[in-house]
Amino acid sequence: MSDVVIDAQGLSKRYDGAVAVDNVSFTVGRGEIFGLLGPNGAGKTTTILMLLGLTEISAGAARVLGHDPVREPLAVKRRVGYLPDSVGFYDYLSARDNLRYTARLIGFAEAEREARIADALARVDLAEVAGNKVGTYSRGMRQRLGLAEILMKNVAIAILDEPTSGLDPQATLELLDMIRGLKREGVSVLLSSHLLDRVQSVCDRVALFQEGRIVLMGTVAELGREVLGGGFAVEVEAEGQGLAERLAQVPGVRTVEAPGPDRFRLLADRDVRPDAAAAVVNAGGRLRRLSVEEPSLEAIYTRYFHDHGARHAA
Amino acid sequence: MRREGSPWRGVGAVFLKELSDHLTGARMIVLEWLVVLTGIAAVYVSIQQIKNTSAEDPFLFLRLFTQAGEQVPLSFATLLSFLVPLVAIGLGFDLVNSEHSRRTLSRILSHPIYRDALLFGKFLAALTAIAISMVALWLLVIGLGLLTLGLPPSGEEIARALVMLVVTIFYAGVWLALALLLSTAFRSPATAALIALGLWLFLTILWPIFSPWMADLVGSRDIASAEDFLGALSVRQGFARLSPSSLFGEIVSVVLDPSVRSTQQPMLAALGLALVERGSIPGAPLPFVQSLLIVWGQIVGLIAATILLFVAGYVVFQRQEVRA
Repeated sequence: MSDVVIDAQGLSKRYDGAVAVDNVSFTVGRGEIFGLLGPNGAGKTTTILMLLGLTEISAGAARVLGHDPVREPLAVKRRVGYLPDSVGFYDYLSARDNLRYTARLIGFAEAEREARIADALARVDLAEVAGNKVGTYSRGMRQRLGLAEILMKNVAIAILDEPTSGLDPQATLELLDMIRGLKREGVSVLLSSHLLDRVQSVCDRVALFQEGRIVLMGTVAELGREVLGGGFAVEVEAEGQGLAERLAQVPGVRTVEAPGPDRFRLLADRDVRPDAAAAVVNAGGRLRRLSVEEPSLEAIYTRYFHDHGARHAA
Repeated sequence: MRREGSPWRGVGAVFLKELSDHLTGARMIVLEWLVVLTGIAAVYVSIQQIKNTSAEDPFLFLRLFTQAGEQVPLSFATLLSFLVPLVAIGLGFDLVNSEHSRRTLSRILSHPIYRDALLFGKFLAALTAIAISMVALWLLVIGLGLLTLGLPPSGEEIARALVMLVVTIFYAGVWLALALLLSTAFRSPATAALIALGLWLFLTILWPIFSPWMADLVGSRDIASAEDFLGALSVRQGFARLSPSSLFGEIVSVVLDPSVRSTQQPMLAALGLALVERGSIPGAPLPFVQSLLIVWGQIVGLIAATILLFVAGYVVFQRQEVRA
């Protein structure tokens, strides 16, 4: 129990008749990166705001670090860092002054304030421009400044809403690296996104949102098996005689296709790379390439909404 | 269900940040100069007027605030009743909705403070900024009086002038609370500013013109005796008092002029009439405390209006969704 930092049970949010979030339940473990994925307007941000006590919960209950965000919002907000979707800062203040203000709001003592701010800014590579007005910052720099605020706060949970949206590929990679850095320090991360392939690389588990409900939840591999039906797709490139038959005899392989000369595509229940390599070598073939396709979140997502998405509104 | 923790947590941090924003912002500087320059001009005109009249007045110093010139029929006090709302609206109309449009609100509220602290800190900071400039202006006027009139004010004059200063700050509070309410209720700062300015024009300029007419529609029209007349006057006064600027005007006219014995006296004087109480000497100055007691209700009214408007803004803010 102590390893569950966020426990949402049947969370619902209704706005005069319209249902934004409908009976959502999930848990996030200590040191885990949990992704809330889904199209815009699926209820991800509303779920996050309910966990932070920033909007009322219509039905259900949540515990964040053992606290109820409705009754004890300050206790929750003391240990949780939040990076909102397209975060805003006071443009006419410098990055350092922005963080000074939040440090005062958090209630850090004067003595530790400056050291924490300098340390956090250095960790997101903003130390050199810390004196510049935030108005001059690029989108990526603002996002990093938002992360610096979370680092400064010394939190147990970081909640990031669409952290990578609107960033260029380089900035996205940097940001994802910093998110992994949070995990290394034992911080649990809850992040929401509609950019699937980017998020896939950092998330331990994901929940797929659609119209306010969680429709799928689990590790990416689990979802892949569930939705795509096939376990692993192994690509083999090798020269030799009768390789297709040999490969088909490898235990676990269901089908063998030959998309090109000397190329084979195996669909298998498990990762059959070692056995496939042995099969090729034993048959006297020359193995050139051997790779396994990880199930892609993009593929899962598209397939899922293709199968279930007749009602899916654009 | 009781919330954990204090609603005051973070008020100090919000207050200091907002105050420094106000004091360094271009908007405050422009508004301050507007008030200071016009204020000094008004006082200069009244000084010329005072110098020309050689009548003996034990409360000459107070006439710095109330004496209107011949060419410029605006006293310092009247000017304040026009311009103080403008300053308050100027500082208050975007206090909350700018946090929305800057997308800073949800980030700020994700820190361990309640919304109460944010709203209260903002209100207090803007009021303090106005108070600072009002005190400075007040000292400037007193100093100008000392230099040009060449006679020191008595203790009572200073006390009466101080009451005016404090009442001016409360008066600013009413308009600030109104601006804060509008800035919470309307997401667009331009809408909030337009509505606030519209109300300001209506309440300070149009209402004094329309309210007597509306009062006469309500009250009795056939005036047979002095009682009827005074009754009709009271109805008019009641209507006029719906505007904070007429409350302010009443307070200032009584506090700054010891010869005024009732809030109806200036209205009667405008008609060329005088109210003579039995057993009183006409024109004799009223003690300071008595003057204060006459307008105590109006002062409380200003404070109550501030609190009501602030509470309305507070309720709207608490019920508002954080996300844009």
